[in-house]
Amino acid sequence: MLPVTYYIGLSAVLFIMGALGVLIRRNLIVIFMSVELMLNAANLAFVAFARYYQEMSGQVFVFFVMAVAAAEVAVGLSLIVAIYRARRTVNVDDLSEMKG
Amino acid sequence: MTLDVILFFILALIAVAAAAGMLLSKNAVHAALFLVLNFATLAVFYLILGGPFISMAQITVYTGAIMVLFLFVIMLLGVEKLRGEDKLAWQIPTAAVLAGVLLIEAGYFLFFRRVPVEMSGTASLPETFGGPQAISATLFSQYALPVEIAGVLLLVAMVGVIVMTKWNAE
Repeated sequence: MLPVTYYIGLSAVLFIMGALGVLIRRNLIVIFMSVELMLNAANLAFVAFARYYQEMSGQVFVFFVMAVAAAEVAVGLSLIVAIYRARRTVNVDDLSEMKG
Repeated sequence: MTLDVILFFILALIAVAAAAGMLLSKNAVHAALFLVLNFATLAVFYLILGGPFISMAQITVYTGAIMVLFLFVIMLLGVEKLRGEDKLAWQIPTAAVLAGVLLIEAGYFLFFRRVPVEMSGTASLPETFGGPQAISATLFSQYALPVEIAGVLLLVAMVGVIVMTKWNAE
């Protein structure tokens, strides 16, 4: 097995790219995809540590993250559809009425 | 050992390139397909790390179900073309600086702090490690209550989505 540092480094890079996507993209759907990318980066760290410690719990946690992500995607996308129906846009810069 | 390193770096390059493609693409469908590529690469990583069941779950749940749902919504709303202009010009430089800070911090912790994680694990694994049997044995004994909670969460999410759709239709 490669040093676990390699996998944690890759996981950190992917997480940072996801965070960057949330910050720079203005489309709600793409922001949501970036959140998925961050969840997957965390999953990679979980699996790498599960391999390192030879412990099943890490992989079980990945399973839970997938379940929560599926629920989150279903609710989030239905919210996006509702926003689009009400406002005819999915651009977050156009959704600023709650700004003081 | 060197073959492992080469394989890791090829896969890591594909994963990072796919993530960058998702960040930079002007079309939401292309972004979703880049993300599918990224998830498939991560599934290969899970196979290398001794998690065949998690790898297949990644393929079916993420690249199968979740990304198809994304593509479905993108095409349903017809928002493939993303608007180019930005109202806040300072946003991208600020985000880049923040991401750079995060990267330096992560690099510092990984390479300069002498944490014990840099050792490699043992080469050999138990025969059944990461298979469906081992996963379910852990899942339904040690993590029985979290499984129930995850099930309730999925049910609540499903009911919530149905309520949202009904409420929209009225």
